[in-house]
Amino acid sequence: MAQKLVALSGNEAVAYAFKQARPHVAAAFPITPQTEMMHKYAEFVANGESTTEMILVESEHSAMSAAVGSAAAGARTFTATSSAGFALMWEVVYIAASLRLPICMALVNRALSGNINIHCDHSDSMGGRDAGWIQLFAENAQEAYDNAIMSWRIAEHMDVRLPTMVNYDGFIISHTADSLHMLSDEDAYKFIGKYKADYALLDVENPITVGPLDLTDYYFEHKASQLAAYPRALEVIKQVSDEYGDLTGRYYDHCEEYLMDDAEMVMVMLGSSAGTAKDVIDEYREKGVKVGLLKIRTFRPFPVAYLAERLAGRKAVCVLDRSASFGGQGGPVFMEVRSAMYGLQVPVHGYIYGLGGRDFDLGQVATVIEDLQKVAAGGEMNTINLLGIRS
Amino acid sequence: MATNLKQLTSNEDLLCGGHRACAGCTGSNILRQIMLTAGSDTVVGGATGCMEVVTTIFPYTAWKTSFIHSAFENCAATVSGVETAFRSLKKHGELPVEREKINFIAFGGDGGTYDIGLQSLSGAMERGHNMLYVCYDNNAYMNTGIQRSSATPVGAHTSTAPAGSHSTGKTQLRKDLTKILVAHNIPYVAQTTPYHWKDLAAKVEKALAVDGPAFLNILMPCTVGWHFDPAIGIDLAREAVECGYWPLFEVENGKYIINKKPKEMTPIADWMQKQGRFKHLFKPGNEHVLEFTQNWVKEEWEKLLRLEASTA
Repeated sequence: MAQKLVALSGNEAVAYAFKQARPHVAAAFPITPQTEMMHKYAEFVANGESTTEMILVESEHSAMSAAVGSAAAGARTFTATSSAGFALMWEVVYIAASLRLPICMALVNRALSGNINIHCDHSDSMGGRDAGWIQLFAENAQEAYDNAIMSWRIAEHMDVRLPTMVNYDGFIISHTADSLHMLSDEDAYKFIGKYKADYALLDVENPITVGPLDLTDYYFEHKASQLAAYPRALEVIKQVSDEYGDLTGRYYDHCEEYLMDDAEMVMVMLGSSAGTAKDVIDEYREKGVKVGLLKIRTFRPFPVAYLAERLAGRKAVCVLDRSASFGGQGGPVFMEVRSAMYGLQVPVHGYIYGLGGRDFDLGQVATVIEDLQKVAAGGEMNTINLLGIRS
Repeated sequence: MATNLKQLTSNEDLLCGGHRACAGCTGSNILRQIMLTAGSDTVVGGATGCMEVVTTIFPYTAWKTSFIHSAFENCAATVSGVETAFRSLKKHGELPVEREKINFIAFGGDGGTYDIGLQSLSGAMERGHNMLYVCYDNNAYMNTGIQRSSATPVGAHTSTAPAGSHSTGKTQLRKDLTKILVAHNIPYVAQTTPYHWKDLAAKVEKALAVDGPAFLNILMPCTVGWHFDPAIGIDLAREAVECGYWPLFEVENGKYIINKKPKEMTPIADWMQKQGRFKHLFKPGNEHVLEFTQNWVKEEWEKLLRLEASTA
């Protein structure tokens, strides 16, 4: 498939990907670092490159509310936000998933307040990890673009029908010019396909009621049917990714495995910092240290069996979180991974790094690999180790 | 104008019976009347509140048109999304059924409109969506147990501002939401009540005909929250207009028109005396609240007359 090599920021790349789906409606409110993505999209509309109707709302709560109304009406719909904007949407984020509306959202990851901070960490998306959305993470603009294209196919798949969140790191990915391969508009739309809602408010000849009061009688059954969708979603994500790989040559799975075949020690992480980790892993490999990386792409649903299979039999595993959880057990990714490894008898060490955009540098990765060797040799494990912090 | 009783009553009831509103509820009456005028090419959105709760309890729905409920504070934003989807799907030739026009009606109580939903309402009105927002104002948060709202009048007893040995009920003035909506410079804003069926139907018709957003504020006497005999709710709506508490007026493109000017205003105390929420005000020592309320109504009425004159 012919693809164009372009230089774009992550925000621009995702704006193109969403445009290529020819969505009917976009609703958004500005917040750094998401703003540039919606600016780009507004330009598409202003220049006639997109026929999407934009709803320029007065808050993120209304952005998600309008997205819910639009999707329930039968329109292909997206929105985008970051940090506090996502937090303000919270209530409606759950409603979108419960109503099984295939909305796509770019979440340009930024630290949650307080204190207010505009830079990258994953505290925004991690807080919403149980809201019922599919959450995909990216290492660079190419992956953010690819995930954004695939997000429509995943969200709208009849075995799924769940809103899908395309996460990419604020500034590090969103504002950095990167080279990537883009599909032509025609090829992208052919892959994504035309959307038709099965039930639409606008089908006034077949009226429906959306979002009724759901008491002790039925609420639980509705949650049960929602729960049943997530294992199916894992399969659909894999199917769609395989098909996308055949089209583009870029194959994705729930995780990327980097030098994993013979790895005795494994680092698990997600987002842009995986790129930094790979460089340092290469250096240690040259020294004969058998360390590999498992970079999580599908965080929701969490690929439990996939991880357990890949982490079994290793000498030590460490998980790096770019957000904190204040329950005293390590970060959200750590807790998920360790839980997936239940019964494996592999030691798991945990780190928290990069909060509020703190640089994640080569030295921090080296520290992690040095520690990991000690843990593999029977050294002490800790669930919370802070990297790159003033002592 | 289809505002004759015979024609209205021959239209299909789009809010059907069997819903779970209280005996004597005037809210369901309001919604029925609106839907008789709006017709079946309508999509309705409801904010969390009495009317949402009583009309849609899964697996039942009283709505014969499409209906959406999302949350408490976001009804206007939600319906703005539905309306935008209509414009977009129409433009792309992808509507599920072809229609030149569909009515979009959002409704909420005073809690969902004056208070928690004010931002969402303001945003949707400013953006100019083709939608009608209806507030059924029953002067308190009735659905959650009669707590005070910014629509509660001075002196009313509510569960969060109760009358007591050291309290005469709510001490703050009601917010004038209708005028806040006028300040949005939208094409149509009006007040009415369920007693004035002809006025209500005409206002719904106008509101749905304008190009852009419209807002109706409809007084909804509440038998439970106002403490009155369920049989007299509609009478209390009439009397609220006669005493000046709830003037019937409309504002078309900024021009005020008072639809009913009582020859002589009835004393507001007569209206208040029929409602348990004001019972304590008729005990010795609380006369000043009645007096204050009477003066307030008079001043508000005079302000309205001046607005009508100045925008004529």
